Amino acid sequence: MDLVNYLYLASILFALGATTVLLRRNAIVVFMGIELMLNATNLALVTFARMHGDITGQVLAFFVMVVAAAEVVVGLAIIVTIFRARRSASVDDVNLLKS
Amino acid sequence: MSGGEEVLFWVLAPLMVIAAAGLLVVRRAVHAAVCVVFVMIGLAVLYVAQEAPFLGIVQVVVYTGAVMMLFLFVLMLVGVDAADSLTETIRGQRWIGVLLGLGLAAVLLGVVAQATFPPSVGLEQANAVTNPVALARVLLGEYVVAMEVVGILLVTAALAGLVLTHRRRLGKKPTQRALAEAKVALLPTGRHLTPLPAPGVYAQNNAMDTPALGPDGRPLDHSVPRVLRIRGQQRSATELLTAEETLVERRQGSDDVAPARSDRPEEETR
Repeated sequence: MDLVNYLYLASILFALGATTVLLRRNAIVVFMGIELMLNATNLALVTFARMHGDITGQVLAFFVMVVAAAEVVVGLAIIVTIFRARRSASVDDVNLLKS
Repeated sequence: MSGGEEVLFWVLAPLMVIAAAGLLVVRRAVHAAVCVVFVMIGLAVLYVAQEAPFLGIVQVVVYTGAVMMLFLFVLMLVGVDAADSLTETIRGQRWIGVLLGLGLAAVLLGVVAQATFPPSVGLEQANAVTNPVALARVLLGEYVVAMEVVGILLVTAALAGLVLTHRRRLGKKPTQRALAEAKVALLPTGRHLTPLPAPGVYAQNNAMDTPALGPDGRPLDHSVPRVLRIRGQQRSATELLTAEETLVERRQGSDDVAPARSDRPEEETR
């Protein structure tokens, strides 16, 4: 087995996360799909770090984690605010600008 | 790559893919969160196997411990039983979405398959001073400015979370006296001053979903918790009472030794 298998796994997880974002309507589940994509990217970064013998890849994965944590805080706060105003967490109900 | 790592990968990877696919099909958001937690823990194990123990621990602490718990908190706030509606608002969206996802997977897998990678070096040399120390040297050496910027970002995000979820109090805070007076004022509309009666206690049944009986023998609907009433999981008192009546009659028929029991069915059990 080669290290490439990790990259295949990362690709599949990324595609599944992207499909989740496209298909689901609950804003929280859509957000989980985004988290899945970020995690898949991290797996690819860690694999590249090992492949090249350079620890910078792991540092980059670390930064991705920190930024993802900040993103989750803001995103969930926005979802809570929208839920308070509209009583719904469905992305289809947020169509204030429509017509 | 050792044989042990190979076994670990081939055991974990299919499970992780199944859990990630579960994110697409499960109805309830809580189940989706559990699927994501599984994928994240699997990733943490893979990080440790890939000579990145520090990232593995951080993955468990930050993602599984903090981020997913935050997700669960928000789910509780928004309502756990907020199931996704499966009706399509845009026609054919599901198939287009699946098609796009498959296309993305094909492109990514194709790129990985086409690319030629150098022979793997491994991190033995880079990790010679242990992985956290090696990470810290790069992080606080080459990337110290980025590190500071990320710190500022975190503080900003925390403030943003506070500001976004803050609700300004519009009126004055009600005092205890005002609350009591409001309760008394509501008495003519059928409100109670006392606490609500507890749900029913019967000979066979001491459950939350059966209403208590009032002094006049009629069931008190408001003794059942409101959530059960809204969900329609409330049981009617009459069916229980008739069931108990038949039981009492059957027992009287089988042994006439204790006729006094029939008028006190509440104390019959244990």
